[in-house]
Amino acid sequence: MVPEKIQLEIVTPERVVLSEAVDELILPGTQGYLGVRPGHAPLLTTLQVGSILIAKGNEKRFLAVSWGFAEVLPDRVAILAETAERAEEIDLVRAQRARERAEERLKKPDPNTDFRRAQVALEKALIRIQVASRAGAASRGEI
Amino acid sequence: MPNLRDIRTRIRSIKNTQQLTYTMKLVSATKLRRAQEQVLAARPYARRMLQVLNSLATRAHPESHPLLQRRPEEKLELVVVTADRGLCGGFNANILKTTVGEMRLRQGADLSVTAVGKKGRDYFRRRRFVLRKELVDIFRKVSYIHAAELAQDLMQRYVSGERDAVYFVYNEFKSAIQQRVVVEKLLPIERLPDEGRLLPVDYLYEPAQAEIFEQLLPKHVEVQVFRALLESAAAEHGARMAAMDSATRNAADLIDNLTLNMNKVRQAGITKEILEVVAGAAALE
Repeated sequence: MVPEKIQLEIVTPERVVLSEAVDELILPGTQGYLGVRPGHAPLLTTLQVGSILIAKGNEKRFLAVSWGFAEVLPDRVAILAETAERAEEIDLVRAQRARERAEERLKKPDPNTDFRRAQVALEKALIRIQVASRAGAASRGEI
Repeated sequence: MPNLRDIRTRIRSIKNTQQLTYTMKLVSATKLRRAQEQVLAARPYARRMLQVLNSLATRAHPESHPLLQRRPEEKLELVVVTADRGLCGGFNANILKTTVGEMRLRQGADLSVTAVGKKGRDYFRRRRFVLRKELVDIFRKVSYIHAAELAQDLMQRYVSGERDAVYFVYNEFKSAIQQRVVVEKLLPIERLPDEGRLLPVDYLYEPAQAEIFEQLLPKHVEVQVFRALLESAAAEHGARMAAMDSATRNAADLIDNLTLNMNKVRQAGITKEILEVVAGAAALE
């Protein structure tokens, strides 16, 4: 029998971000985005910097995550993320600033720059901006 | 004989101090509650991660991971976690005493020290001991990012072979009024604690098991560091609360004694005056 809903739980080291029943979600797996519906086969995957989409009825929501991993069971999904922010929690101004900083660092060919770190910082900032703006679009019914 | 006015001034000043210690006690109690909540909030994440790690460890080949490699311990790193502030009883002193003891014990080894917290840093500075790294002012709000950065720095030093082992010295939170100094080996990872049952299901893995394992192990170290910092923060507030409670009680005792003394002096003064009046009257007759 296929369960009707997925019990979703998102935890970070600092708090439980979310715990509720949802219809569908899309996760940023390391090897690409993947969709999960009730009755999914058991799966353990790592997550990359990206956005999580959560669908519940007609409502769609986004979260920004940095590194983490997800345990998927037919009726349950547990996501352990280093950071997870709901769209409405994201500080857009700060994200923009972080993006500019990271871009600047990547442009300058300075041997002291930690290239990988700057890249990750840029990715995180971009995802935050994307999630925050997509949430705006979703609330206006554009997605 | 002590002056009546002097005693009064003293009582007033002690009352002020008492008010201060009492307030500090209340503030610490509130902060302790918040710190305790944070410790609790960090648990589900750590437990889940251990479950997954344990279940992967049986399938992957964990011996090969660089964080598990054991070497003869010749070059050591000590991470000393103290508070940023004092007025918390033996909290900082105990940590530093243990640290110095450990350092004596390993006199032959090549030691480097990382100090977390102002009190520890100042202690080593006063003794002209050069710290490798210092991390201060993080206890106002312990965030995972601080812990992750510290852990990454330590792991990098360990993996590169600069250090053979990393130890943590910190106060473990036992209860609101009890702390215990522990010396814990962070690296190499000795073995994973068996907390949490193995995951019952056979999963699809994406990417492969070994790869997930390799990504998870460093996170495990980060979580350990985070936990140590949270424990220390909670223990600090507990220690300060207890210290301020006994300070408040000591102040009350002092005030009682001084008040008794003051009354005695006052009484003696009155008696003396009456005697003088009586003597004066008698002289007139």
